[in-house]
Amino acid sequence: MRLTVNGRPVEIEADPEMPLLWALRDIAGILGPKFGCGIAACGACTVHVDGTPVRSCALPLGQVNGAVTTIEGIASEDRLHPVQQAWLEEQVAQCGYCQAGQIMTAVALLDEIPEPTDQDIDNAMGGNLCRCGTYPKIRAAIHKAAALKLAGL
Amino acid sequence: MSRLGKITRRVFLLGSAAVAGGVAVGYWYVNRPYDNPLDAQLSEGETTFNPYVKVGVDNTITIIAPRAEMGQGISTTLAALVAEELDMTLDMVRVEHGPASHAYYNSAMLEEGGPFNFFDEGFVADTVRSALGTVGKVLGLQATGGSASTRDGFDRMRQAGAAARMMLVDAAAARLNVPASELIVENGAVVHEASNRSLTYGELALDAAKGSPPASVELKPRDQWKLLGKSQKRVDMLDKVTGAPIFGVDVSLPEMLFGTVLMSPVFGAKPVSQDLSRAEKMPGVVKIVPLSTTYGHGFGVIAENTWAAFRAAEAIEVEWGQPENPSDTEGLVEVIADAAARGEGSALRDDGDVDIAFADAPQERVLEAEYRVPYLSHTPMEPMNATARLKDGVLDIWAPNQMPTLIRWFCADLAGVPQENTHVHTTSMGGAFGRRGELDYALYATLMAKEADGRPVKVTWTREEDTRHDAYRPAAVGRFKARLGEDGLPVAVDMRIASQSIMESILRRWFPSMSALGPDKTITDGSHNQPYTIPNYRVSAIAAPLTIPVGFLRSVGCSYNGFFHEAFMDEIAASGKVDPIEMRRQLMADYPAALAVVNKVAEMSRWAEPSPPGRAKGFAFTLSFGSWVGQVIEIAETPSGIRLEKMWIAADVGTALDPGIIEAQLTSGAIYGLSAAMGQAVTFSGGAVEQSNFHDFDAMRMFQCPTFEVAILENYHRMGGVGEIGTPPAAPALANAIFALTGKRIRFLPLDREVEFA
Repeated sequence: MRLTVNGRPVEIEADPEMPLLWALRDIAGILGPKFGCGIAACGACTVHVDGTPVRSCALPLGQVNGAVTTIEGIASEDRLHPVQQAWLEEQVAQCGYCQAGQIMTAVALLDEIPEPTDQDIDNAMGGNLCRCGTYPKIRAAIHKAAALKLAGL
Repeated sequence: MSRLGKITRRVFLLGSAAVAGGVAVGYWYVNRPYDNPLDAQLSEGETTFNPYVKVGVDNTITIIAPRAEMGQGISTTLAALVAEELDMTLDMVRVEHGPASHAYYNSAMLEEGGPFNFFDEGFVADTVRSALGTVGKVLGLQATGGSASTRDGFDRMRQAGAAARMMLVDAAAARLNVPASELIVENGAVVHEASNRSLTYGELALDAAKGSPPASVELKPRDQWKLLGKSQKRVDMLDKVTGAPIFGVDVSLPEMLFGTVLMSPVFGAKPVSQDLSRAEKMPGVVKIVPLSTTYGHGFGVIAENTWAAFRAAEAIEVEWGQPENPSDTEGLVEVIADAAARGEGSALRDDGDVDIAFADAPQERVLEAEYRVPYLSHTPMEPMNATARLKDGVLDIWAPNQMPTLIRWFCADLAGVPQENTHVHTTSMGGAFGRRGELDYALYATLMAKEADGRPVKVTWTREEDTRHDAYRPAAVGRFKARLGEDGLPVAVDMRIASQSIMESILRRWFPSMSALGPDKTITDGSHNQPYTIPNYRVSAIAAPLTIPVGFLRSVGCSYNGFFHEAFMDEIAASGKVDPIEMRRQLMADYPAALAVVNKVAEMSRWAEPSPPGRAKGFAFTLSFGSWVGQVIEIAETPSGIRLEKMWIAADVGTALDPGIIEAQLTSGAIYGLSAAMGQAVTFSGGAVEQSNFHDFDAMRMFQCPTFEVAILENYHRMGGVGEIGTPPAAPALANAIFALTGKRIRFLPLDREVEFA
């Protein structure tokens, strides 16, 4: 079947029941989305389908109805996405494994709510687990990313 | 000052002391330098001065940070130690993990393994410490653990940088025909200010490599540090915010196959009967192979993609053998509780005479309590995985791991390939917390590669396999007794702590023919070595006779002894009607570093001011891995349960090389400990672990996370570790806060069995 991933057409020959995550990773070679649990419980595999964050480990390929965006697709050619820039400035990541998923959820949050409160952040980010405990820095980085985005950076 | 000379003298001192014991050969062995593993790997135009620095003629400077990066920031800090001496910034260098090599031994990890407390600095304690460090060198164990990497690298990495610098300066002196004393280094170049000439390191590299390493090196004094002591940008942060393929699961090789494992959920049990036919016929399946190692028995599924392997593993029909331990949690805990009550203990601390002190104690002055903690799984975000390829007599293993030289040794043996033809490539780790000090993932991948006709196989475990096949933090039971004096302070404490021995468990997996020597001090680590003065003070370790696989989980024994010791101290304070912090001030008076930490965290958290209604604070302190840590947590009663509002942490780490990374580790360690304290338990039924994934073994989420305020102190004269020290006081601080809030004294974890969290 044919998917659009990060703006490019990708031909994937696979069982339509195969979760999108494994089609991306093992077949298309797009490795940014990570495998953490396989049951949509940790958020490490988060990608966007038409801008909505989804857990790709639990979404069958056959049910993907829209353009897929992964962590590899959010920066422009010469510049990081404001969320990535904020993550860099706040030095958020420790082991880094969950961060692609955290960033994708945060990008979707800021698209929906440009200036989120702490409560909004709690509501949006609860599905993304981080075992290193980078939550305080994630929170700070989301506020910073909101400011960067509003300033047009 | 000659640091190399100083080290040689220390080693010599040990050498002469050790001669009496008949190990004179050790002196030669210790001083024999390992080969530089970089020699074999140099590219055209590249040269190396020692195992830590490569310089290319194109001025590319590569620093080898030979400790595995699991998020603790070690690659950044180790690189900064070398870059500091080369007068470079981190954006000017490349940082690599480097090959598996004995040259990268970790001696600091073993130094605190002796029978002495961290604060004991007598001649014997110091001699044993350096002897154990020497063992690390003799074994050549390249290991990341014990919060030891920075302590181990502090001198060695700086010496490597300084030695390279001196060789570059000598080469420049010859080239410019000026005395070396007229030259300075600046921003990656050697500069002759008088003649306004300069040469980059790259221009000097080939000449410098022809020189000989200096006999002694001069290290920059602390007041000239430009990088150390200041927060650095992490060298891997850009990769981690752009989703770069840096982890074990991201390894991609030509012709690569994919795989997974299905191992017996009953530890040690073999398949009694099996039917692979349905699984073998599943689409995408290449081969199913039996796996049998000291870690366990089961099957490896090789397939065209990971999902096909997962599905086929589910389709394997197998009946496993019977457990060799009691089959459920109740039975296991009974064995441990029985050991705590009646087992023969080894007293790892025995001050005064505890038996006499309790003999005439009036009953109303005696406090008794039993504490319990469950088994825990590490659950790093990246499930266990490894990629292996056995082709033309060469074994390659790519794995996120903490033990590359041991993996090389064991996997070479399994594959029947000499060690020199076995290459271990250490990737970034998606968390580890001690789990990746085990070897199982690499052993299984090696066995599967043997069946793959020379093609590489990337073997990824499901989360379920990962949760059910860990080397768990052991469950533990502690029985505590205190006699209080007239002033409410303890005059005697007796602590009997039982758990499985981690050392014994590791020996079963690694060297089954050996048996453990002496008591396992990890059982009481965090209880027998705390900076308290109590006239009669006994802490005994009892090994519980069980064989559930147990291992090192972030802060190891301290992960539960912190809870045991500090929750019981809180009970003593409450019973003696003494403020918990005031009690510490009295009992820790002999330890100024501890006292300063207690006072700092009391001041930060405004401990003396009463909390408003519906809120309360709890305090705990643990000295672990050479660092002194006090934590206060404030909690609040809310309609949906108890909410963690704020945690204050004061930590004395001796020398703080990177305050930003240290603060991140302190909060990370605390969150790891709070996660476990709030809700984590591994339980058993039918001989197997009941939990399987994040729905039943979860951790703290964003909305549960308190805010943090951290103070880093540098009062103590020896450097401590940072990766694990935030964990031990977190659980008792929270339990003590719950007591202050509700009056409920909870003596077992996890706490959510008794109270609800928001």
